Amino acid sequence: MSLRSPIGRARGLGSAKQGLGHHWATIVTAVGLIPLSLWFVISVKGLVGLDYAGFKAWMGQGSHAALMILTVLLVIWHAVLGLAMVIEDYVHCEAKKFAALIAIRLVGALLAVGMTVSILKVAVGG
Amino acid sequence: MVEFALPANSRVQPGKVHKAPAGAKNVKVFKIYRYDPDSGSNPRLDSYEIDLDACGPMVLDALLKIKNEIDSTLTFRRSCREGICGSCAMNIDGTNTLSCLKPIEDIKGEAAIYPLPHMPVVKDLIPDLTVPYAQLASIKPWMQTQSPTPPDGERLQSPEEREKLDGLWECILCFCCQTSCPSYWWNGDRYLGPAVLLQAARWIHDSRDEMTGERLDALEDPFKLYRCHTIMNCTRTCPKGLNPAKAIGSIKQKLLERGA
Repeated sequence: MSLRSPIGRARGLGSAKQGLGHHWATIVTAVGLIPLSLWFVISVKGLVGLDYAGFKAWMGQGSHAALMILTVLLVIWHAVLGLAMVIEDYVHCEAKKFAALIAIRLVGALLAVGMTVSILKVAVGG
Repeated sequence: MVEFALPANSRVQPGKVHKAPAGAKNVKVFKIYRYDPDSGSNPRLDSYEIDLDACGPMVLDALLKIKNEIDSTLTFRRSCREGICGSCAMNIDGTNTLSCLKPIEDIKGEAAIYPLPHMPVVKDLIPDLTVPYAQLASIKPWMQTQSPTPPDGERLQSPEEREKLDGLWECILCFCCQTSCPSYWWNGDRYLGPAVLLQAARWIHDSRDEMTGERLDALEDPFKLYRCHTIMNCTRTCPKGLNPAKAIGSIKQKLLERGA
């Protein structure tokens, strides 16, 4: 039970003076993913039926590897931003919330590094 | 975590049935949420059969008829009966609206009437709006200036500047939008909600106000402002036809103009 006044509760801890960065990053990644998603779908359609050697040759072209890495990074970045929002919305236990927010960022970083290395390995590896 | 079921002592039970008078031909059933905190019992849903031939056209008319003629214990707020005071906001037929502006004939079948959702209930159809009122006060919904008051006491505004307030000043603070917003349901202690943010926008866009930057500072927060996910329930439910989601978007736009 709290006897704090309603206005005291409403003012709470005040403004965090942040949030624009998250909002702006969501917009930038979303806009960036529109052309990249189109490119990805069209590319995958063109790769249907190709064997690994053919796929490797396709990925070996610099622009394809670069666009693939960019797509993967933007998808992960956008997903982490969105998941953070969902966790903040629905998880109200502070300990669980902070654990989840840390976990999704670390998993996101792991996926970003892992997928970038994988793409490079296919593109330029032996 | 979010709770999807009501606590055991809040679950709504079947209630009393008040039959229509003998000879009534045009009968409509109103199922109304009843809760009396002093009774210690669960909320219940009472049925009132109303003869529409002896009742005014709006839902508020039916509520007043019930209170005057059938059950004087039914408790609800009302005042102006013409959509200006915002007192009679409630959830009618699944949508938050003003009972004085809601025609009975627009409701198909039985009319279900509940208090505004996700607020503590004082009694029957009266929600406790203490928190939204305090949140409104927290954004300082009045003109703030640095320059001294002009000698004639009037701060001027061009017609174009005044036009920017259209769609904002008309809000009557009924809190239909506020209590329709899922983000407000889950985080109402930190998220300011659509009604309060629309009021904030009303002062941010007012050319006569000189504290725009401070107002934006106070709102730039992951919870106070950015819990709005453009779900649009607010805009869909507003009985005055306003667009709180657009007003919130305009605040985000101002922050982008300033910071990006």
